Amino acid sequence: MERLILFVYQNRAFFTFLFLELFCAWLIVQNNAYQGSKFFNSSNGLVAAMNSFSQGVRDYFMLTEVNRTLSEENALLKRKLNLQPIAVALPNNTILRDSSEIGQYEYFSAKVVNNHVDMVKNFITINKGREDGIEPGMAVVSPLGVVGKVKLVSNHYGVVTSILHVDVMVSAVLKRTEHVGTIQWNGKNPDQVEFNYIPPHVQPTVGDTVVTSGYNAVFPEGVMIGVISSVDLNKDALFYDIKVRLSQDFRKLSWVTVVKNNRGPEQDSLEQVIQKLER
Amino acid sequence: MSRNIILSVISFFIYLLYQVLILQNVVLFHTAFCFLYVAYLLLLPVESNPLTMMAIGFVMGLSVDMFYDSVGLHAFACVLIMYLRNYWLNNLTPQGGYNTNDAPSVSLNGLQWFTVYATPLVFIHHAALFFAEIGGFSMFWFTLWKIITSTLFTLVVILIAQFLFPGRRSR
Repeated sequence: MERLILFVYQNRAFFTFLFLELFCAWLIVQNNAYQGSKFFNSSNGLVAAMNSFSQGVRDYFMLTEVNRTLSEENALLKRKLNLQPIAVALPNNTILRDSSEIGQYEYFSAKVVNNHVDMVKNFITINKGREDGIEPGMAVVSPLGVVGKVKLVSNHYGVVTSILHVDVMVSAVLKRTEHVGTIQWNGKNPDQVEFNYIPPHVQPTVGDTVVTSGYNAVFPEGVMIGVISSVDLNKDALFYDIKVRLSQDFRKLSWVTVVKNNRGPEQDSLEQVIQKLER
Repeated sequence: MSRNIILSVISFFIYLLYQVLILQNVVLFHTAFCFLYVAYLLLLPVESNPLTMMAIGFVMGLSVDMFYDSVGLHAFACVLIMYLRNYWLNNLTPQGGYNTNDAPSVSLNGLQWFTVYATPLVFIHHAALFFAEIGGFSMFWFTLWKIITSTLFTLVVILIAQFLFPGRRSR
């Protein structure tokens, strides 16, 4: 026993090294999980305050862009109001047929305080948190398209998993032919994502629009993702290789909208019951 | 002695803030990152206690991680190079040996010696960082390209900083 203690003491540098590295590895693995680590992230008050300051400087350079997007969105909304003076317009552009669909989605505006596009797993920090009604699992969109999904929240800040994250998959639909596939980023070009699982009998063309499908309980149906920029079909391949150019430039993200699906938990729990029964 | 410690603490925060407020936004061509805070770790006095150095590396890495939302990644890479640093320094001992409070900088032993000292450590730091980030060796060539370009970028910036503030930490 004494010799063991002596051995550990003599090699204390190595054992400290081992301990610290294992601890870091544990943190990394834990952070990759759905919920993530609770303390060491940018929703921490001090870190987020400093990030807001830094983003404040960056915002000055994006003001023109933000103004343009806002005025365009305003114009679009006004046009819709004129076109449909009586019918209630839903966010996804369809006219309301069923009164039970009223109030399915709630919208919160939030400001981006920190944003990455160059890592392999990118996260965005926003300035709304638990006290503003934000919960993990809510969808985040911008006027131009899909942004991501809330990963975790502190009292006043939230961390969003961007769709520029190699492990994130979003159910999407080819708007023209209504075929459903999956959007996933390959970790390289922040302008472009891959649209997978479209079988060869479909004929996608460059310029086709890809929107969210609404099959999962997170994103509303019909939110813009982007347009197809290239289509390849290898010989003997089961699916197309489709690249989609994102409609939202993630480097210019400034204001986003957090979407709360009031029916989400209901849909999830119902689907879980079915999955349990089948098993 | 205590003056050195105070200076070290101050420069810790300078490097940290410079990294997370400014260099966080500087990424060339979506591939070349600049992690200047590594210079702080490389320039710690030569004969520091290895336990202290790993602790400093861990704290520095974790602080940077909080801003990058990448818990543990930078800490992992920093502890690794802090552990390897002493062995590497022993291999590179100049003729007269080191003095206790020497910082292994350009002003101490010249540009060539410093490049030989810093390059492998920066490379190992970046390699550990990027491979741990992607969680394995998928996309190996793309990641390797990222590591090489980032190493070059970081090294150039470290050298520029050395010439701008020569001997700042060498007392």
